[in-house]
Amino acid sequence: MIRVENVSKSFGSFKALDGLTLHAGEGTVLGLLGPNGSGKTTTVKILTTLLSPDNGDARIAGHSVLTDPDLVRRNLGLSGQYAAVDEKLTAFENLHMVGRLYGMNRRTAAARANELLASFRLTDVAGKRSGTFSGGMRRRLDLAGAIVARPKVVVLDEPTTGLDPRGRLDTWDVVSSLVADGTTVLLTTQYLEEADRLADHIAVINHGRVIAEGTATELKQSAGTERIDVVMRDAADLSAAAGVLERAAGLGLRAEQDPQNLRVSIAAPEGHRLLVRVLSELDARALPVDEASLRRPTLDDVFLRLTGHAAAAAPDSGTTEVLTPEKARVPA
Amino acid sequence: MSAITAAFRDSSVIARRNLINVLRTPGALVTGIVQPVMFVLLLGFVFGGTLGGDQYRSYLIGGILAQTLTFNASFTAVYLAKDLQLGLIDRFRSLPMSRVAVILGRTSSDLSTSVLSVAVTLLCGVAIGWRITTGPVSALAALALLLLFAFAVSWIGAVIALTARSVEVAQSLGLVWLFPVTFVSGAFVSVSSLPGPLRVIAEWNPVTAVATAARDLFGNAAPAGFGAPGGWPAENALLYSVLCSVGIIAVFAPLAIAQYRRISKR
Repeated sequence: MIRVENVSKSFGSFKALDGLTLHAGEGTVLGLLGPNGSGKTTTVKILTTLLSPDNGDARIAGHSVLTDPDLVRRNLGLSGQYAAVDEKLTAFENLHMVGRLYGMNRRTAAARANELLASFRLTDVAGKRSGTFSGGMRRRLDLAGAIVARPKVVVLDEPTTGLDPRGRLDTWDVVSSLVADGTTVLLTTQYLEEADRLADHIAVINHGRVIAEGTATELKQSAGTERIDVVMRDAADLSAAAGVLERAAGLGLRAEQDPQNLRVSIAAPEGHRLLVRVLSELDARALPVDEASLRRPTLDDVFLRLTGHAAAAAPDSGTTEVLTPEKARVPA
Repeated sequence: MSAITAAFRDSSVIARRNLINVLRTPGALVTGIVQPVMFVLLLGFVFGGTLGGDQYRSYLIGGILAQTLTFNASFTAVYLAKDLQLGLIDRFRSLPMSRVAVILGRTSSDLSTSVLSVAVTLLCGVAIGWRITTGPVSALAALALLLLFAFAVSWIGAVIALTARSVEVAQSLGLVWLFPVTFVSGAFVSVSSLPGPLRVIAEWNPVTAVATAARDLFGNAAPAGFGAPGGWPAENALLYSVLCSVGIIAVFAPLAIAQYRRISKR
């Protein structure tokens, strides 16, 4: 349904896309994950015919952006980084206008607008100017605008950037329901949690090319195994605790100590069993534990490892400090 | 549906959107209303005394109309530049709609500002003694000519917006050319009073032709002491101003559309 074949695009000497290739099957969600400036928005602009590629081709529902841009536009809905709503227009007027621009007559456009307002829980505010809406409501209205003509493909460029947690959850629900209806979605995001939650298939891009792809699970597996983290009460117990962890894990695995946070951690292939053993052993030796957890690698780990942005994210300790789930970036 | 019907339909959808915006931001119209009033009063009473009194004030109205409508091109420049910066424009570009609609919708809806400016100028004129001395047909012809001219210069504003690509630049670029174009003309003074080269420019300036044609159609004579305007453009002011308007549209509309296509491919 979405095919991007070897697309390159330069702006002057800056290579925004460098031989990018992506595929998404019908009814799936492809997550495009990458830091700022990695080429996500350029990809979106090429897919939505706002930019033409220097090389390569992109197809939406079989139509090439190069030769049939108008057919591409007919099969595609875009919800960009900045909600594309007219603030002076009411929610209804916004959707009605988009329907008319898709070539619907007044009546059909009005009926479709009302239908969308209902399914996006905006009926109560249909007559209010969208400028008065919260970020989440505006985003919902924008998403509704993207699917006015029931496109086969919806492209969402960072749909939750700048939303509060409530708005983010709202947006996720909307995306999930789109997919349930069989729409193919391309979603760009900087948020691993979002890609993890919504995407069937994730392509990690950096410097305009794909550097890893697969399902969320596959990508996480590539980042390594589960780890056990134990936070001790006393710094003095750290070495003893490390010894306990190493003996329990066996296989010659080394525990890593983080004195600053009183934490010891170790890779744990059979984590949940090991955790029980470690805790009873520490208890038996009267080494007081503040906190113990089993941590699966997150997409953060994958992302940071692949893009080399780990240095920027955790520049301090020479130890194994990796982002914890609590520290995982959450949209503000 | 043919491409042309689609273009008109889409443009009318956009124009409607623009008009709703105008109605809900009435403050934006203040300049369009205040400026003609200000110029009528300033020129009519500051310069009017030495230039011919009541007769000059009556004569002035045609000039103020031509000047005000030219200035309205800056509204097109600013509002189109604003539109181009909105996220909305990406939505429009990703829709299977006519590529002309965003601009044609804008230049069409900006006519509403011009209608308002004309109405305010004329009311103001009536208050200071301006009258139509011909008939209703002539007067309507004058209004039609003025709006055609306003529509034409609005395309210049569109090209400025599409070239500037930022509201600030569009705002300053949209204003600078207006002063020489409207002042080196017969809008406020007799062209024959201008020195050599300026006089030739003023004689062929479309603003002069529109002002002269409007005065002819409304029947407002020049004050005594104003040299009679000479040359072909003055003698055929109506024809020349229609030709200029059509010419401006013929040059600037394709330019604007080409520029719109180009920036959407960047």
